[in-house]
Amino acid sequence: MRTSGRPAVTRLVPVLPFLWLGAFFLLPVLITLKISLSAAATAQPPYLPVLDWSAGPEGWGTFLEELDFANFETLANDALYRDAALSSLSLAAIATAFLLVVGTPIAYAMARAPARVQPLLVALVIVPFWTSFLIRIYAWIAILKPEGLLSAGLMRLGLIDRPLELLNTQAAVLIGLTYAYLPFMVLPLYAVFARLDPRLRDAAADLGASPTRVFWSVTLPLAGPGLMAGALLCFVPMVGEFIIPDLLGGSDTLMLGRVLWSEFFSNRDWPLASAVAILLLILVVGPLVLFREAETRRTEAAR
Amino acid sequence: MSTALLSLAHVTKAFGADMALDDVSLDLAAGEFFCLLGPSGCGKSTLLRLIAGFEAPTSGTLHLAGEDMAARPPHRRPVNMMFQSYALFPHMDVAANVGYGLKGLGRAGIAARVDELLRLVRLDGFGRRRPDTLSGGQRQRVALARALAREPKILLLDEPLGALDRTLRDETQGELRALQKRLGTTFIVVTHDPGEAMALADRIGVMDRGRLVQVGDAATLYERPATRFVAGLLGDVNLIAGQVADRTGDIARVETGLGSLHAGVQPDAPGAGAAVVVALRPERIVLGPADTATDAEPNALAGHVTEITYLGDRIRHRVRMADGSEIRATVAAGGQAPAFAPGDAVALGFPPGAATLLPA
Ligand SMILES: Nc1ncnc2c1ncn2[C@@H]1O[C@H](COP(=O)(O)OP(=O)(O)O)[C@@H](O)[C@H]1O
Ligand SMILES: [Mg+2]
Repeated sequence: MRTSGRPAVTRLVPVLPFLWLGAFFLLPVLITLKISLSAAATAQPPYLPVLDWSAGPEGWGTFLEELDFANFETLANDALYRDAALSSLSLAAIATAFLLVVGTPIAYAMARAPARVQPLLVALVIVPFWTSFLIRIYAWIAILKPEGLLSAGLMRLGLIDRPLELLNTQAAVLIGLTYAYLPFMVLPLYAVFARLDPRLRDAAADLGASPTRVFWSVTLPLAGPGLMAGALLCFVPMVGEFIIPDLLGGSDTLMLGRVLWSEFFSNRDWPLASAVAILLLILVVGPLVLFREAETRRTEAAR
Repeated sequence: MSTALLSLAHVTKAFGADMALDDVSLDLAAGEFFCLLGPSGCGKSTLLRLIAGFEAPTSGTLHLAGEDMAARPPHRRPVNMMFQSYALFPHMDVAANVGYGLKGLGRAGIAARVDELLRLVRLDGFGRRRPDTLSGGQRQRVALARALAREPKILLLDEPLGALDRTLRDETQGELRALQKRLGTTFIVVTHDPGEAMALADRIGVMDRGRLVQVGDAATLYERPATRFVAGLLGDVNLIAGQVADRTGDIARVETGLGSLHAGVQPDAPGAGAAVVVALRPERIVLGPADTATDAEPNALAGHVTEITYLGDRIRHRVRMADGSEIRATVAAGGQAPAFAPGDAVALGFPPGAATLLPA
C-alpha cells in the first residue's frame, strides 16, 4: 500500500532544496552577473545588450560578444570602490573582533548559569528581534546624537563637559554593528559552551589549572567551531551591511552596501551596481570557502 | 588529632532535598588501597568529588594531612582524580594530556617525566596520538598516567575499570594493585562491583543511600557483615528472621520459623528478646542425606531439594523447608556429579560460628 503512492513524492523531497536554491539564489546571481557584464543605457531596461530571443543562434552570438568586463575594470581602477571594499572588510573585521570580545563572556556566563534560568536567558537574547530592526537602529541615533542620551548622561555625571561627536562616525557604525549582530554571535557560542563536558573543566582544575588557565587551555579551544561559526555568521552579512552605515555612519562612511545603493538608485547605473554586488559576493564567499577548507582539514586530522 | 592522612568527620552533602551523603566519617592511613563499594546512586562519586574539592560539604569537615580543606579549591589540593570515562582532553595528544598538570620542570623536564609516566602505564611511543584514536584500555591508562603525573598524596579513581570488558578488567585489576603497592600512593577506588572491591582493596567501605554502613577488609565484610544490605551485597546469603531466646557465652539461641538455631555472636550483640536475622552463607551449610541428621548437631534442619544448579566450581541446591521457606546451600563441585536429585529429602547443618546475627 505504501509503495504505490509514495515514491514520486519521496524522490522529490531531496530535490526540493536544490529547486529552492536554484530559483532564489542561483538564478538571481546569474541575472546579476549578466547585468554586471552589460553597459548602462538610457532605455528600458537601463542596460545593453538585451537578449533577443527571436534572433535565433546568431542573436545569441552577438549578445555574448557585446558582454564585457568594463564595469569590473572600473571597479579595479577607481579608488572609490577599492576603498569601499577595504573599509567594508575592515569595519566588518573590527566589529567581528568586538563581537567575539563582548559575546564570549555573555555566552559563557549563560552556559554556566543554573539550568533553570538558561531558557530565560536565551529568550532574552532573542527578544530584541520582536522589535523592528529599523526602529532599534533609529533608537541608537537618539542615544548617540550630540544632545542624545549618552552625551547628556555623561555630562550630567560630569565625566565630559562637551557632547561627544559620535553620530555619523565610524565609531557609531561599529557600535551599531556590534549591537545588531550580538545575538548571532552569542547563540552559536552559547550552544558550544553548553554542550562542553563539564568534567573536562573539572579534570583541568584537578590537575592544578587555575580558572583562567582552564578557560584558555580547555574551554576556549574546545569552543573553536562555535567561535568560527559565530564569527562567520556576523562577518559575512556585516561586509554588505547597508542600513547601519547609512543611518549611523553619515556621508563619509564608505561601505560597499552604500556604494551599491547609490549606484543603483542615484546614478541608475544598474550594470555597475551589479558588478559591485558580484564583488561583494566574492568577498563574503571567500571566507566561507576558507572556513570549509579548515573544517575539512581539521576533521581529517582528527581521524 | 589522629595520624590519618585523610579524615572525614560527619560529612553531609545535600542536593536540594536529596541527601547524597549522610553523616559520613572515615579515616584513611597513608599508603592504603581503599575501595568505596555501593550500588549506583548511593553517593560514591559525590564523596570522591568532595575530597577532590568539586563539591563542598553541606556540613562536616575534611582534613588532609592534618589540614582543613574547606577553603581549598580543587586546583590547590594535593589529590588527583581519574574520572569516570576518563575525561581526557580531546584537543590534546596523549603527551599533552599526561603533561597538563606538570609545572616548573622546563620543557625537557616535562617531556622526560611524560615519557617516564607513559612507560609506567606501558604506553611508550603513544605520546603523539590523539585520545580518540586509542582503544578503551589505552585511554584508561592515559587517564591513569595523567592523574599520577603530579604525584598526588591521594589518587581518586571513579569506576576506573567500569568501561573495560571482562577479561581486560581482570588483567587491569592486577596491574592497578601492583602499581599501587609499588608507588605507595594512597588510592581510593569507587566501584559498584563487589568482586572488584574484594580483589583490589586493603579495606572496603560499603555505602548505602548516602551512608557509609560498614568499613573493613573483605573477609570481615563477608563473614561478619553489619547489616542485611552488606551481607547481600557481597554474595548470596540466607536470611532467617527470629528472636533471641538466650545467650550462653558467645553463642546465642534464636527462635525462628525453622526451630531453634545457634549462632556465634560478638559481646555487643543484642540480648534476649531482640528481633534479629540469622545470616548464613550457602557454602557454610553442610548438606547430607536425610538420615544423617543427629540431635548432637546444634543446628540440624531438614528439607526437600527443589532445584539443583551446576555452576562449574560449585553446585547450588534450593531446599524447601518444613515451614515453606527456602534455603540455598552450595557444595564444591569437585568434578563429581550432584549427590542429590530434586525431590530428595536432605539434612542441613552448620556450626554456630558460620552464622551471623544481624539487626532485623
Ligand atoms: N550535581 C548534582 N545535583 C543534584 N543531584 C546530584 C548531583 N550529583 C549527584 N547527585 C545525586 O546524588 C546522588 C548520588 O550520586 P552519585 O554520587 O553520582 O552516585 P554514585 O556515584 O554512587 O552512582 C544521586 O541521587 C544523584 O542524583
Ligand atoms: Mg558514580
